[in-house]
Amino acid sequence: MKIQGYNPRDWKSHPPYHFEGYASSMKRAPLKRLAKMKQTLSEITGPLFGPEAVQPRDTDLTRNAGTDGEAMGERVIIVGRVLDEDERPVPNTFIEIWQANAAGRYHHEVDQHRAPLDPNFIGAGRCMSNEKGEYRFLTVKPGPYPWLNHPNAWRPSHIHLSLFGPSFVTRLVTQFFFPGDPLIPMDPILNSVPSKSGRQRLIASYAHDVTEPEWALGYRFDIVLRGRQQTPFESDGR
Amino acid sequence: MKQTPSQTVGPFYSLGLTQKRMNVLASDATLGERIRIEGYVFDGDGQAVPDAMVEIWQANAYGRYNHPDDKQEKPLDPSFLGWGRSGTDKMGVFSFETIKPGSVPGPDESVQAPHINVTVFARGMLVHAYTRIYFGDEPGNATDPVLSSIKTKVRRQTLIAAREEKNGKPVYRFDIRLQGENETVFFDM
Ligand SMILES: [Fe+3]
Repeated sequence: MKIQGYNPRDWKSHPPYHFEGYASSMKRAPLKRLAKMKQTLSEITGPLFGPEAVQPRDTDLTRNAGTDGEAMGERVIIVGRVLDEDERPVPNTFIEIWQANAAGRYHHEVDQHRAPLDPNFIGAGRCMSNEKGEYRFLTVKPGPYPWLNHPNAWRPSHIHLSLFGPSFVTRLVTQFFFPGDPLIPMDPILNSVPSKSGRQRLIASYAHDVTEPEWALGYRFDIVLRGRQQTPFESDGR
Repeated sequence: MKQTPSQTVGPFYSLGLTQKRMNVLASDATLGERIRIEGYVFDGDGQAVPDAMVEIWQANAYGRYNHPDDKQEKPLDPSFLGWGRSGTDKMGVFSFETIKPGSVPGPDESVQAPHINVTVFARGMLVHAYTRIYFGDEPGNATDPVLSSIKTKVRRQTLIAAREEKNGKPVYRFDIRLQGENETVFFDM
């Protein structure tokens, strides 16, 4: 049967499993060589989520805590496009987001950072890219937070994102950063990305055209998923 | 354009990803044999990983994926999407309630043995890992093209879930070893 596959993972863009600077990767990194597999029907299909996966309030993290209040912090509008490697939009794809609050603390029992929780901020949201691959959400800028990776370690402000794309192999979990953050050059998680250009691609850009007067600053973060191979191949496994 | 680099889900992924229960794939209306899949995620020291997350993607009981690129003339099951997600609990255990998938075509007119496609995420994993669950009681495993591509039996065995009965219900036990001597086979595809 004919299979129109997706491009392979680009290991020049993605971090290795095992990265010295990131202590938690040491014992959780597969060390045996990955088994090469030619894509089959199992890999070129994947879950597609309908519009019911996202409720209108899911895209506004400043107001989705189930209280009547608004989250504290610097309001930011995040926009971007989900594209493939050929710059084709990835429409109607499900995006999940999570982040710390403005003080740098997650609404999570494991997070014991001595910073205030915000009763009006959960820090989780969802959105869907539209026909043109565009997505948008409103939130507050997350604060930096300490972690135990090395002495005086602080994560730069970042927002986590999870995306599916059209197939099982286009799945991506990543995080993006804010331009000009002095913690960026010291962050082992960002530095695990092997190329400078790859690291750069995880930093959102300030977007004055998205900024709304007397309301919120705008940032743009585009996401590129694996592209589709041009010609279908007879999946012959050899 | 270049692919956006992957990053870890971090320690707090449950906030964004597992607030809703997403590990039940089958409803009463779903066709097929009901099964439970459960297992540990272990690190290189053999310690269970309490902050990992496992996602699965599978065909329905007929062996058809709920996706437009699956053009086989087999029925879709309207009550089965075929996708699920489970965080690991404090003990490092994940689980799914699903049905056994039918077999799907493989390369060269071959038939793939029934299997479930798996993605593994965790704090400390900068990139997710891809693997597959095969079922220990399926004779088709012997001729499955992907299993056959794994040269040693020991390695192949890491992809095969053993069938057990618990309270009269079939449970397939599938442990994921991220690293070490019995490291699970992970795929690059
Ligand atoms: Fe984080």
